[in-house]
Amino acid sequence: MPSQTKKTQIGMMVNGAQVDGLVEPRLLLVHFIRENLQLTGTHIGCETTHCGACTVDCDGMSVKSCTIFAIQADGCEITTIEGMANPDGTLSALQEGFRMMHGLQCGFCTPGMIMRAHRLLKENPNPDDAEIRHGISGNLCRCTGYQNIVKAIRYAAAKINGTEFQEAAE
Amino acid sequence: MIPAAFTYHRPASVAEAVRLLAELGDDARPLAGGHSLVPMMKLRLASPEHLVDLHGIGTLKGASREADRIVIGAMTTQHELLHSDLALTAVPILRETIMQVADPQVRYRGTVGGNVANGDPGNDLPALMMTLGADYRLEGPAGARTVAARDFYQGAYATVLAPGEILTAVSIPVPPPGHGYAYEKLKRKVGDYATAAAAVILTMRGGTVATCSIGLTNLADTPLLADKAASLVVGTTLDDATLRSAGAAAAAIMAPAADGRGPSDYRKHVGGIMVMRALKRAAEQAR
Repeated sequence: MPSQTKKTQIGMMVNGAQVDGLVEPRLLLVHFIRENLQLTGTHIGCETTHCGACTVDCDGMSVKSCTIFAIQADGCEITTIEGMANPDGTLSALQEGFRMMHGLQCGFCTPGMIMRAHRLLKENPNPDDAEIRHGISGNLCRCTGYQNIVKAIRYAAAKINGTEFQEAAE
Repeated sequence: MIPAAFTYHRPASVAEAVRLLAELGDDARPLAGGHSLVPMMKLRLASPEHLVDLHGIGTLKGASREADRIVIGAMTTQHELLHSDLALTAVPILRETIMQVADPQVRYRGTVGGNVANGDPGNDLPALMMTLGADYRLEGPAGARTVAARDFYQGAYATVLAPGEILTAVSIPVPPPGHGYAYEKLKRKVGDYATAAAAVILTMRGGTVATCSIGLTNLADTPLLADKAASLVVGTTLDDATLRSAGAAAAAIMAPAADGRGPSDYRKHVGGIMVMRALKRAAEQAR
């Protein structure tokens, strides 16, 4: 029966690279990502499981990394915002969409928004506005810039699907 | 927002989990999706010395059909259930209810078992399971037993779960073909607990209601079954006067707290409206 009181060795794939760490069981995944791995693109907003700024992709799920323990992600495959650009360093469709459609104002919610939208488009490659809004309902934008966030996600969907997108940002 | 230190256990079987929980007693808590417990731990409102993580127990996952029932393993996530054609075809109200539980990220982690076992009166699935006439399978040091959802809840966060016992499965009798259903939830924003919510399952015969059950979420310390309101509509065509009297009969058993969601009277008022809307929509849909 595996049980751990003190620091425990864990390992996971983060943005395609194997990482390891010695962690206390109480260490939250978001702290492991930001402090142990120094990947500070994943933000801590509310710390109460509401705002979604800490959203990362974990084994094909969008999760709020402030609400699972790093030890629970042992052996998992994680993608953070740092893993979202194309391999050649150019912006991925979602990143380009947020830029072109002005899908960010202060930018604090953006990493979480993009990580959530990434999984949303994997599961539903051509969502309508209602599906996008429902899909990002676990991510709060305190600038309330939702109109352009929805457009940014539609821009990305169109780009990925190879269809036309001609709307302007608002 | 850093939880107190604890010892982490990851048993691989129900028997091992039960043994650990029985041994460790009040110092231990089972950990399912963790989206109620972990926020409480971060606020230090809960500081268990031991967490028994149930994620390593493969047998607690998935939905299956057993004769005229759908059996859902306790660690099946809400997201997984939303993608179970087997469960959603047989019990379609699951879809519209789960779509109103919290938000997508929470549903990827949040489990069916955790939602019903935690005893939080704000959770949506307990009243739904009572309305559906579901049973819970509980396994503990003294063996396994089955408890009806309607007999499970004793108060806010208080259930019949004995020390060392965990809820391992939810078993739902498949409602008859052509039944009508609705879950009406008033909430301040997506992801919020209900200000008031009502679940309805009914069948119609020749234009009148043949059978009906009504459940209420977050309108008392426990989920409620509005039995009197349900019996009032049986045999009627659900005309406006009947709807109003059913709403009033349901409101009469509500005892919601006054909180950020509104004063108690307001929540009872909108609770009655949720009942009327759910009855109406369920009846329109029944064949």
